[in-house]
Amino acid sequence: MGRLALIARLALRDLRHRPVEALLVLIAITAATTTLTLGLVLHGTSTGHSYEQTRAATAGPDAVATDVSASYLPRVLARAKQAGVVAVGGPYPVASVLMRAHGYTAGVTAEGRDQASGPIDRPDVVQGTWVTPGGVVVERSFAAALGLSVGERVTLNGRVLRVAGIAVTAASPPYPESGFLATPLAAGDEPGLVWLTRAEAASLATPAAPLTYTVEVKLADPAATTALAGADGFTGNWTSWQAIAAEDAKEVTNEQLVLDVGSWLLGLLSVASVAVLVGGRLAEQTRRVGLLKAVGGTPGTVLLVLLAEYLMLALAATAAGLAAGRLAAPVLTSFSFFAGLQAAPADPPVTAATAALVLAAALAIAMLATALPALRAARASTVRALADAARTPARRARLTALSARLPAPLLLGLRLAARRPGRSVLSGVSVAITVTTLVTVLIYRASHGQPPPGAAAAAGGPSANPISQVMLVITVVLVVLAVVNAVFTAWATVLDARYPSALARTFGTTPSQVAAAVLAAQLLPALPGALIGVPAGVGLYAAVSNGSALTMPSDQWVAAVVAGALLAVALFTAVPARLGAHGPVAAILRSETA
Amino acid sequence: MTPLLSARAVRKTYGRGVALVRAVDEVDLDVATGETVAIMGPSGCGKSTLLHLLGGLDRPDSGQITLAGKQVSRLGERGLARMRRSAVGFVFQAFHLMDELTAVENVELPALLAGRPPRAARRRALELLDRTGLADRARFLPSALSGGQRQRVAVARALANEPLIVLADEPTGNLDSAATLDVLRLFDGLHDAGQTLVIVTHDSRIAATADRLITMRDGAFVDETRLTGGTAGSLGKLAGLES
Repeated sequence: MGRLALIARLALRDLRHRPVEALLVLIAITAATTTLTLGLVLHGTSTGHSYEQTRAATAGPDAVATDVSASYLPRVLARAKQAGVVAVGGPYPVASVLMRAHGYTAGVTAEGRDQASGPIDRPDVVQGTWVTPGGVVVERSFAAALGLSVGERVTLNGRVLRVAGIAVTAASPPYPESGFLATPLAAGDEPGLVWLTRAEAASLATPAAPLTYTVEVKLADPAATTALAGADGFTGNWTSWQAIAAEDAKEVTNEQLVLDVGSWLLGLLSVASVAVLVGGRLAEQTRRVGLLKAVGGTPGTVLLVLLAEYLMLALAATAAGLAAGRLAAPVLTSFSFFAGLQAAPADPPVTAATAALVLAAALAIAMLATALPALRAARASTVRALADAARTPARRARLTALSARLPAPLLLGLRLAARRPGRSVLSGVSVAITVTTLVTVLIYRASHGQPPPGAAAAAGGPSANPISQVMLVITVVLVVLAVVNAVFTAWATVLDARYPSALARTFGTTPSQVAAAVLAAQLLPALPGALIGVPAGVGLYAAVSNGSALTMPSDQWVAAVVAGALLAVALFTAVPARLGAHGPVAAILRSETA
Repeated sequence: MTPLLSARAVRKTYGRGVALVRAVDEVDLDVATGETVAIMGPSGCGKSTLLHLLGGLDRPDSGQITLAGKQVSRLGERGLARMRRSAVGFVFQAFHLMDELTAVENVELPALLAGRPPRAARRRALELLDRTGLADRARFLPSALSGGQRQRVAVARALANEPLIVLADEPTGNLDSAATLDVLRLFDGLHDAGQTLVIVTHDSRIAATADRLITMRDGAFVDETRLTGGTAGSLGKLAGLES
């Protein structure tokens, strides 16, 4: 017990001694645990249950016929009178119109309704009131995408209406998938759903987009929809409630898949970040390791002290990740496909299994990143450690010979990168993961007819695809983590390059050449990382999209991602490289022999 | 005759107020081409600081340093780097060899950084290792060399770019007697070849081998002696390293 207490005390003291580094390790692991928590929490939230609740609460139809033309309507109504149908809703007049709101222009399916509720499909008004003359009710997931709230003004085909209410329905999947029941106004346009009075819906029709009708039915046996379809019943314009529920489930499954993949990518990047931080930090602790051993600490004790520090941080990151994930989950569901359902899980639970998995992931990240440098430090010679001697760098004979042909900055840069191959690999992996993610996002957007990020507003449509938004959140977190990683790899390289750089300066290498060498040492592993990221992104998308069609973004966008990643590495290295290159040569050389 | 290296009223201080340390205090020095000057004094007297100032590794607070007619103290970082590249070779007490490079790779490094073609740099490095008696150790890593051999590699490296002057900071401070004698013989050979040398040491036996001995204390020169024996004498006997 005494030994454990001593180890804990030593670990805590060191954490308090270097609070900034401890905080950065904490942030890196927390980014992964938060995303993992989000993914697991949403996994535990069944959409099937939520759809059932919505269907029950809104008297959802068992089948819906949409986009029915006036000439075809009698045949659909005749079918709705067949045996097994216990109630009919509609026919409701539907106008396909353009809506302008909050600077966006979006196609909408404007469905005319009575002010009184019908026998089936009674949308649940969650805010405001049901349709009134001059008042439009907006489906909740569509309203969330546009950022609309009750009382605001919208324009339908040039006519100004007030948002009277916001409602959910089981008769249509949430936006933007609600379009699968309607004919879009233009290719790639995903219409939202709004309700208004019958008269206003009828008045919005144009010769180019004439009025169509929606008919809904309730069956004696709701499960019999498939059988009815087989008997020439629910073909053509008819859609069963099972198809709507499946569409809901599919989209939420995709959303969860994005979170799962994002968790993995962030987890890997966290390992790289923490390994760089830990490697740099343990290099500074050589003397401390020597002192611990000199006063009787065994290699085992040293190993435990070093591991304990990072396991403590992993525990803290688990708690922080669970809390952050728990807080972020309702935010995510508010703009996700859940928004279209009545029982959107406002308070998704964090189960014991989720907490255990997140803890295991955090501990794994800490162990993977720490074990090797900690083991190396524990095995170090006590005398060398007390002298604070730097670890002898790896010799790369071929690379040394090859670099002899290069100009001074590249010669030094290549040799600097080769001195610490582990760090170079981590740096390349970090860039590869970032580029992989960005390329995957670009392919997703290209494959779904969406403009690349940043071009959405210019195109005029709402950027409301929940999967895109989840991807955006993950991408932002990932890029921030990659930036932190780049900065710390640069600092670690600069610190490691102090001695060889000072020596090179005694031979007449200029500070600019030394700074360029550090830059080269960072860019050399980043370049293959960025290039590998492109096919890796294509492979990742192909692997998770279950073989659905893949559209590559334009070459310019792919080139911009690769160039942008390299430029970012260069930018974040430039300052530490420049500062490091101007250090006092004599003092650095003296400190190496002190 | 114009000296190759000249210092006038050179001063360098560290700290402030009561903690002010005059590392180099109003020092004047002239070193002629081909001359070997030894600067001697106790630890902390400012010898190494002076050597760093003379070689452009550090800047004086005041005073002027001129090397081959160029005012070192007026040069910017780039100018100082160019001067070190072409005119100065450094030898350090701690050798400062790159652990991951072989002897020949260490020696050729300054030439490669100066932009010399790799083949020419390698040829020159091998010649220098031959001159220093290490031709058979060219492909050894520093860890496989003795202290004396490492310092000879460092001397060879200092000569890689054919410098006008070699500045040696306690070059035998980490060596045993036999290795010290090896290095002294090497310097003797350099002196005979007309190489200008400034050697900082606190070992009187080493200092006795120079053409001129300057004694330094508390940052200032306190004595200067022209030595008749110099490096032309029997080094080992003069230095008391052999019978």
